[in-house]
Amino acid sequence: MTEFLQQLINGVAWGSIYALIALGYTMVYGVLRLINFAHGDVYMVGAMAGFYLTRWLGWGGQADSLHFILILLASMLICGLLGFIIERAAYRPLRNRSKLTALITAIGVSLLLENGGQVIFGADPKFFPTLIENKPIFQSGGLIITNIQLIIIVVSLVLMTALQYVIFQTKTGRAMRAVSFSHDASRLMGIDIDAVISWTFVVGSMLAAAAGILVGLSNPKIEPLMGLLPGLKAFVAAVLGGVGNIPGAVLGALILGISETMVSGYLSSTYRDAIAFVLLVVILLFKPAGLLGKAVPEKV
Amino acid sequence: MTHFRSVLNCFNLLVVAPILVGVLAVGCQGGGSGTGGSGEPKKSGGGASTGPIKIGHFASMTGGTANFGQSCDKGARLAIQEINAAGGVLGRPVELITEDDRSQSTEARTSALKLIQQDKVVALIGEVASSNSIAAAPVAQQAQIPMVSPASTNPEVTEKGDYIFRICFIDPFQGEVMAKFGYNSLGKKSAAIFTDVKSAYSVGLAKYFKETFTQLGGTITAEEAYSAKDIEFKAQLTKIRGTNPEILFVPGYYEEVGLIARQARELGLSAVMLGGDGWDSPKTMEVGGAAIEGAYFSNHYASDDPNPVIQDFIIKFKAAHGGEVPDAMAVLGYDVLRLVVDAIGRAGSTEGPKIRDALAATKDFPGVSGSITIDALRNARKALVVLKIENGALKFAERVEP
Amino acid sequence: MIDHRRDFIRNLGLGVAGLLVLFALNYLMETAFSGYIARIVILSGISITLAVSLNLINGYTGQFSLGHAGFMAVGAYVSAGLSFYLGNLAKPGHGAWMEFLVRTLHLPEGMAGVLFFACCAYLGGVAASLTGLLVGVPTLRLKGDYLAIVTLGFGEIIRVILLNTRSVGGSLGFSDIPGTGSPHSIFENPFIWVFGTAAITIIVSRNMVESTRGRAFLAVRDDEVAAESVGISTTRYKVTAFIVSAFFAGVAGALAAHYDSYLNPETFNFMKSIEVVVMVVLGGMGSLTGVTLAAIMLTVLPELLRASGPLRMVIYSILLIVLMLVRPQGLLGNRTRKPRRRRNPEEAKA
Repeated sequence: MTEFLQQLINGVAWGSIYALIALGYTMVYGVLRLINFAHGDVYMVGAMAGFYLTRWLGWGGQADSLHFILILLASMLICGLLGFIIERAAYRPLRNRSKLTALITAIGVSLLLENGGQVIFGADPKFFPTLIENKPIFQSGGLIITNIQLIIIVVSLVLMTALQYVIFQTKTGRAMRAVSFSHDASRLMGIDIDAVISWTFVVGSMLAAAAGILVGLSNPKIEPLMGLLPGLKAFVAAVLGGVGNIPGAVLGALILGISETMVSGYLSSTYRDAIAFVLLVVILLFKPAGLLGKAVPEKV
Repeated sequence: MTHFRSVLNCFNLLVVAPILVGVLAVGCQGGGSGTGGSGEPKKSGGGASTGPIKIGHFASMTGGTANFGQSCDKGARLAIQEINAAGGVLGRPVELITEDDRSQSTEARTSALKLIQQDKVVALIGEVASSNSIAAAPVAQQAQIPMVSPASTNPEVTEKGDYIFRICFIDPFQGEVMAKFGYNSLGKKSAAIFTDVKSAYSVGLAKYFKETFTQLGGTITAEEAYSAKDIEFKAQLTKIRGTNPEILFVPGYYEEVGLIARQARELGLSAVMLGGDGWDSPKTMEVGGAAIEGAYFSNHYASDDPNPVIQDFIIKFKAAHGGEVPDAMAVLGYDVLRLVVDAIGRAGSTEGPKIRDALAATKDFPGVSGSITIDALRNARKALVVLKIENGALKFAERVEP
Repeated sequence: MIDHRRDFIRNLGLGVAGLLVLFALNYLMETAFSGYIARIVILSGISITLAVSLNLINGYTGQFSLGHAGFMAVGAYVSAGLSFYLGNLAKPGHGAWMEFLVRTLHLPEGMAGVLFFACCAYLGGVAASLTGLLVGVPTLRLKGDYLAIVTLGFGEIIRVILLNTRSVGGSLGFSDIPGTGSPHSIFENPFIWVFGTAAITIIVSRNMVESTRGRAFLAVRDDEVAAESVGISTTRYKVTAFIVSAFFAGVAGALAAHYDSYLNPETFNFMKSIEVVVMVVLGGMGSLTGVTLAAIMLTVLPELLRASGPLRMVIYSILLIVLMLVRPQGLLGNRTRKPRRRRNPEEAKA
């Protein structure tokens, strides 16, 4: 029983890491209907920015929550800027083209960040500085929860609520939803769609940076390809929950995290990835638009 | 008629496509090499008789295992500088041409072919990953260009032909030594194995460890798996924790070992960790921190060994790379290049078969990674040292002769 | 009737001419090019088959498949396994098929090799198309990105299974697959096999779409609801596209397996699928010439860029972005695709 509960905790903690990455993914998708393939790599840049900033400022020595917050903000700023540039240079010129065209530039940007990262940062893994000490906050009979696990879960839930609020309760959010319905109609309503889309990217990339820093803290090894698989899995999670749906992304991520953990724990760690995908396929066969996604009836 | 036109179009395409490919491909011929020096007229056979002696290195400079390839190349480049500063070999300078294989087996083969045919290298170095070495080996064998792998430990690699060598130990030896070390020297009777399924090295080492450990009378409590580049291991470690092993054998690479140690300790798993030469990097201690203290792994050399060959290398490497401490791949890259150049010197020729014979006759070559003797199966016979991680440094624990 | 016969004779003539050209080029390949160049040409040919076959699903039928590497892997491993375990006369107990061809049917060695290889590659293709059927039927309820993710999932499932199957090498890879230098000349003229397959793929996919019934594929792509309402069974056409496409992907995989005599599960990860999608989109969805060109380009480009040393892949990715920005419709996108009203997919639904 203890082992099962521990696995559940592991699964929720791991799922909330996917959730952090999936939030940015799903937000960009919700507005633009574009799979931003480079999202996982922006997450990598976020972690790298945190690493180099800490080293440059000489803050790696000891844990300090003020330093942590400053690094987090700075890294979010850097990635926000990066997201802005990526959108301007690679996606905006293709906005009126087919979605697939932008998908290819997204893949191009992703490859660029990965290969560029391997040249600039080097391919060797780096130890992410301990900005917050990782210590157990709950411990009883083999059941362990650490503070960072808790922070990640809380942060992902808070971000989810905040995003949900922004999108459904604010004017900017209404503009975002309008843009996601129709570019032309939004423009006619006086919405500056360029600005809305830019902001969406900036916020999405900032979320990626936050994920990068938090994952760096909980699993302190970062390298230029770190975004490749988690990025893919996070996208899978977003699809599972109903892509474009924010609570759905978190739900999908938690399900993915828990199922990966339970598969490793009770079935076979060798076939973990395969079984996780089998689960995904089965869920999508029964809910073709994802768990919380609305199946849009086709009208003529 | 549309049908006819469409078929005609297909054939147009059919004829044009190969021609186009051909033209573009011939363009590659002029494309040249990684580090220049390709514009010279081609000569057949074992390289030109004047100018620098070219040695090819196909390595994963980008992609999944890029850290190993880049590290190995750093070591090899350091060796080149030294050799050329000392006047080269056969009175000619040595040039190292590195080609990237993007960590893919198909590209490994392409790169090896390119080095042999376009650059006319006299010998090949590569690859770190056993699978990529196996993919490229037939190319070298067919062209009769000796290929020496710095770090492919799977036994199958050198079985691909008599031009294929290696300078590292093979999995059975290392797995056996670590199993004996755990059972006899540490006196532990139960072990859990945690394997990287993506890496043939890890799977092989796990297999031989298990064989020896069970033969000795020990029990394997759990066999779990992860994939290279994973960052989350708690599910498997929780399961392992439930089986209460005395040893946690992780035959993986330094990329993941530090994190595995951390997460194992976080979960309160107190088994002694054991590993292989894939651990040898300052990153293991850096990422592992306090969690990796007290772990043991097998290696080619001990960095606290007073042997001047070793100390000299460490100093030179640090000076060349801004204080960076060399890892196992850098050491093996350095050794493999020096061994190949040494063999060229002993052969007195740049012809493939002669270099091959000289390589096969290597005896007690003083490498940083130990004294290298090539055996009849073209594997290196080297002593192995077991190191203990203590206070963030490596301490010599045991020495095992082959 | 007469038209048909004339067409047939013309096709036959063109076929013979095509074969002659292939043989002439094959001769050229063997004499004029170095092994390295020849290898790039062969790899390009395999890419062409892959890209053109994916074009059937992604370009013509408008479905978004990200699982092409999976189909390729099935074909490659099935063909490699068959030839390794049933075509190896040198290994006792490993040569049942070859034994049958050589000892029972008394075929000359060369012909036995050709026949044997054709069998293996064909069965590889069939296995892949069965997988295509398996993937296609249950997933057709899914649309767009959902379909993409499920096909990607299937590809990854196949890869993980292969990674853990020891009898085909597992993570170490499957080596010593009978191929070019092996006895009984199993895979003697890779150039002819590879470009012959590419040609057949091109002709089949062209004919599939150019025929009256084949127009249904384009109809499914352009407007599924409208297609359904004029009596086109969209499911049937989607499944057909999956099956045919997977078949050729499987054969391409088989060719790659025998050409290298080596296979590794990691070759077939999702990046490989993405590479093929890039070829299709860059070429211009639905344009055979464009897709063929893009397949060649993306195979040759990394080799041309070797001169740039460590920046090779960085330049490659920048070039990819720039190409897409300069020609968003794909290299030859406008030529074969009829001009359509530009529209936002969301608007279409409203």
